[in-house]
Amino acid sequence: MEICDFALHRPASLAEACEMGRMLGPGARFLAGGTELLPDLKQRRDVTRHLVDLRSVPGLRDIRLDSSYLHIGCLATLSEVAESSDVHKTLPALSEAILSMAAYQIRNRGTLGGNFCGGVPSADTPPICIAAGAQVRLAGVDGERTLPAEQFFLGPRKTVLDPGELLAEVLIPVQPARSGSSYQRFALRRATALAVVGVAARVALEKGRITQARVAMSAVAPVPMLAAECSGILEGQSPVEEVFERAAKAAALASRAISDLRGSAGYRRDLVRVLTLRALREAAARAGTRPA
Amino acid sequence: MKIRCRVNGVSREVETPPMVRLLDMLRETLRLTGTKEGCGEGECGACTVLLNGQPVNSCLVPACHAEGASIVTVEGLSKRGKLSPLQEAFLHGGAQCGICTPGMLMAAQALLQENGAPKEAVIREALAGNLCRCTGYVKIVEAVREAAKVTRAAAAAKKPARKKKAAGKEKAGGKQKPAMKKAARKKPATSRGKRARRA
Repeated sequence: MEICDFALHRPASLAEACEMGRMLGPGARFLAGGTELLPDLKQRRDVTRHLVDLRSVPGLRDIRLDSSYLHIGCLATLSEVAESSDVHKTLPALSEAILSMAAYQIRNRGTLGGNFCGGVPSADTPPICIAAGAQVRLAGVDGERTLPAEQFFLGPRKTVLDPGELLAEVLIPVQPARSGSSYQRFALRRATALAVVGVAARVALEKGRITQARVAMSAVAPVPMLAAECSGILEGQSPVEEVFERAAKAAALASRAISDLRGSAGYRRDLVRVLTLRALREAAARAGTRPA
Repeated sequence: MKIRCRVNGVSREVETPPMVRLLDMLRETLRLTGTKEGCGEGECGACTVLLNGQPVNSCLVPACHAEGASIVTVEGLSKRGKLSPLQEAFLHGGAQCGICTPGMLMAAQALLQENGAPKEAVIREALAGNLCRCTGYVKIVEAVREAAKVTRAAAAAKKPARKKKAAGKEKAGGKQKPAMKKAARKKPATSRGKRARRA
């Protein structure tokens, strides 16, 4: 296979990268790990002629924890995120979600930014980030903006990114003391298989009551989605099985699954119920109180 | 663009378009055809090489990302014509039709570098990104375990000997280290020689 006729650009700063992206227009794409991009280029799925390599921009690969946020730079590889002690401290379920996907070879190259920007509905890292209340910091020619992660996705392979705009980092808020998270996933194989359904849950407890709860899902809608209904059902309640079941049913109802070669819509909806239940049980257990 | 990297311990300078796949750079430009192309989409792992010590699918790595990197291909496993313990172990049933073998070897090599005594589940996970089209994973997993055993046994055989020397004569211990360093230093020298001959 020949990939000869692509021009490579190496910006020295984030601002220069954005400027290049805008000037080169729809024929340009940002290059991070390349695991999504190279198959696209090979199959000529798009009109790409220019690649703006983000590796030359300093600082985009950093993972750092400050008093309010865990910052994960868009170029941090999935392996680096999964192995980061700051990630283990802040959101261990993100590490688990990453280790459930693909295989070593892909995780060593693929990046968190790429997993977001690919806009694939079955992506595994967005749901757990959304459940944890993550935000995305976008950098563009006209400056920066920060959005809740669930608002980043518009449709399959579509995101809110404007031409010349890129996802600079994912910001995960430091989780409250008595909180726990879980990512539950079902796929046809243990590795190198897209999720049939993935469900992430985050639960915070105080004095035996759920104070905060968020459930997010993948592969059951055109975008990774927040099941907002679940929060209303769970918050203020005791972390008991009956409450979890109600939330799980609401999540299944909220899902907009389609049938494809990996599973039918009906099967997926039932999986959402089962996986939400498991995710809530685990998240609550990790938050410190055994669900009754 | 000009790409400088180390391939199997040898410094190389390659002139290539920047978005050529590392797989093609290795096979076509450097003529290292041990690395195989399977699916070409990062699903099968046949093209696995070590990039700065980590297993990657070389079909998904643009050549421009090999700049300054250290790459090990299946050709880099044997030393002076002697197969590595892993390669020896694969000969006893682990190498089947052969298409997945170079990738399996490199993924297994990456595992053994980090874990000298991997359990079966860990081996299976390390090889999860490598498909065998003969669907015979049992012999492959056995081969990796065997290689780990052989390597451990060899290391264990060496250890007491080294201790004795170190305890007996200071010189012996002192001698060993510089000797190893010399060997390491020699390598680039011989490779440089090889390159000169090729040129």
